Amino acid sequence: MSSPEQWTHPEPREGPAATAAAPTAEQVIAGLRATSEGGPELVQLLTPEGERIENPEFDRYVADVTAEDLRALYRDMVLVRRADREANALQRQGQLGIWVPLLGQEAAQIGAGRALRDTDMVFPSYREHGVAWCRGISPKEILGIFRGTDHGSWDSNAKRFHPYTIVIGNQVLNAAGYAMGQRFEGKVGDGDSEATMCFFGDGATSQGDVHEGFVWAAVYDAPLVFFCQNNQWAISEPTERQSRLPLYHRARGYGFPGIRVDGNDVLATLAVSRWALDECRHGNGPVLIEAFTYRMDAHTTTDDPTRYRHSDELEAWKLKDPIERVRVHLVRHEHADQDFFDSVQADADELAADLREFCFSMPHPPVNQMFDHVYAEASPFVDAQRDEFLAYQANFAGGEH
Amino acid sequence: MAAPVLNKKPGAATATQSLTLGKALNQGLRAAMEADPKVIVMGEDVGKLGGVFRITDGLQKDFGEHRVLDTPLSESGIIGAAVGLAVRGFRPVCEIQFDGFIFPGFDQIVSQVAKLHARTLGRVKVPLVIRVPFGGGIGAVEHHSESPESYFAHTAGLKVVSCSNAVDAYWMIQQAIQCDDPVLFFEPKRYYHSGFMKAEVDTTVAPDPLFASRVVRAGSTATVVAYGPSVKVALDAATAAEEEGRSLEVIDLRSLSPLDLGPVFESVRRTGRLVVVSEAPSEASLTSEIAARVQQECFYSLEAPVLRVTGFDTPYPPAKLEEEFLPDLDRVLDAVDRSLAW
Ligand SMILES: Cc1ncc(C[n+]2csc(CCOP(=O)(O)OP(=O)(O)O)c2C)c(N)n1
Repeated sequence: MSSPEQWTHPEPREGPAATAAAPTAEQVIAGLRATSEGGPELVQLLTPEGERIENPEFDRYVADVTAEDLRALYRDMVLVRRADREANALQRQGQLGIWVPLLGQEAAQIGAGRALRDTDMVFPSYREHGVAWCRGISPKEILGIFRGTDHGSWDSNAKRFHPYTIVIGNQVLNAAGYAMGQRFEGKVGDGDSEATMCFFGDGATSQGDVHEGFVWAAVYDAPLVFFCQNNQWAISEPTERQSRLPLYHRARGYGFPGIRVDGNDVLATLAVSRWALDECRHGNGPVLIEAFTYRMDAHTTTDDPTRYRHSDELEAWKLKDPIERVRVHLVRHEHADQDFFDSVQADADELAADLREFCFSMPHPPVNQMFDHVYAEASPFVDAQRDEFLAYQANFAGGEH
Repeated sequence: MAAPVLNKKPGAATATQSLTLGKALNQGLRAAMEADPKVIVMGEDVGKLGGVFRITDGLQKDFGEHRVLDTPLSESGIIGAAVGLAVRGFRPVCEIQFDGFIFPGFDQIVSQVAKLHARTLGRVKVPLVIRVPFGGGIGAVEHHSESPESYFAHTAGLKVVSCSNAVDAYWMIQQAIQCDDPVLFFEPKRYYHSGFMKAEVDTTVAPDPLFASRVVRAGSTATVVAYGPSVKVALDAATAAEEEGRSLEVIDLRSLSPLDLGPVFESVRRTGRLVVVSEAPSEASLTSEIAARVQQECFYSLEAPVLRVTGFDTPYPPAKLEEEFLPDLDRVLDAVDRSLAW
């Protein structure tokens, strides 16, 4: 499965040049289909109707998943969605400066996140609240970024979850370097092998850093899974504005496998991620996963998607909701009863209430925080600036002005 | 290329319009596009969305997709492609979404944009404008509140300007587009839509030259120099100082490279004191340059050393600390006090 030749790649489609006259709504949607429609190459194990479909290549990667595990995946998704909605509401109430919603991308993130081992490393972008959850990071630890008290409070070494990266694409090269390190330290092969997973969006694939990351990981056979969440939009720009080919096809040009998975199918995402991580652990080098999904909310709370997006598209995607299909599956196979769903809901509500309370109780950060960690070694210049400013502030408090 | 559809401006009969800084930029861009079919606007989300700050609102609707390009998400691409377009005879106006995202395009700016004219012994011109919403005070997350202008002022071959009010915004963007050199155009984002920065913009009155500083408030006790978002801080400080019987002269630099320090020298020779205000960190910055040149030119007139009120030499802090980070009225007044106490 590791050979790139096994992945078929159609010829580039005949498409309009990127600067053609303004496309109609229909053309935009047609373009989206051409570059982004799931198609036969999409790995799916659970249909939107909750039917389990067989897949000879990938079934074995989830053969061990029990009904209990499925319930756990369901619970993960419900809880991260609830935390996400709560944070969104907190922003609307003026408690957060901004929020980056995850709504719709729960399966992509939980499937990937639950495929990881504790010793693996993750390089997220800024929307990976679900992956963070899988790394044992509470939504509370993320809140400070958006409330403006810090730039991320978790211990990224301990959790093996790098700080959120806001400059699009930067983390992809950082992840390549980290994964090279894993290889240089002999952490590939059998036994206690490690891998790295790096998250970015479809828009990010236009950045030079992402291209360079592909090159570096490939030539050093770095154990790195590139996990592209194609949520169809980069703020107002559809995937078509970034690429004429389905994104996973790009991997071939760099000499490693690319694969597209139904990003709204948590089981398929788990299977494909496990396969890809396995490839890495065995020293076969990088893999690109394109998780085909949809951002169901605005880009961020400052965005207005009604300016660029058709409501029909949103409605169509609602039918592919990642949580609903697992719920239907669990019910249909009598893997879960109402008590289970009620208890998950209760847990979710408790999580949300806890998050809300925590948000209100977050203290104003001390001024020192700004000066204290600029350098790892002593910096007399910055220290002097801090002392001068603190003296000035004390002076001010004393009513001199 | 599709012919531009020229919209008659609402209220075009009267030359004066009351505009916010953001709307003035929008109108200035529109005027430049109407005047020259080679002017094109390009950047992330500038089309349908009108840019994340809506500065390009409505332009794609009226000028079409050939002239307002929603580009792929790549700053090196935006600037690098703009160089090619400029070589081909276009006048691209690139929008960088936020100050902190200019760096993926930094290589193109310092390696190509800045040097092409000199390298070709003047045969190739690069008349492009790079618009950068800059500065803090909007409660944003990392990389959305930076003041990177000194990097560009440091590079020969680039011109760097910053507007601080609606009238300048309207004119300076048009002048920058007309300029045959590449211009980095820094816009104080926190005042884009603020009501108190609204001004009457007379579109018939000839503007001041682009690369010139301007005295925006006359005074005699001390001189305060600022640019971009700090101009308002300086003006507010001058108003507050007046109550204490101090008369501050405020100069808006407007042009950061070339620096037009003539009016500053002239002012300092009268007042003997200078305070320079900027949100950028102080080390090796524009404010360092101003302090050095003023002490060189006005050494015998100075009654006190040149003082600077700037952002700290730290990464831009989380939003809850930006009030402490940003120069405010009190820090400016404190510097004036220290200067006078010398
Ligand atoms: C270098 C850089 N340029 C611009 C931005 C502003 N920006 C933030 S998110 C975004 C769109 C990203 O789209 P995509 O990569 O598809 O990820 P998504 O947000 O959809 O998950 C843009 C343009 C940025 N953060 N960094």
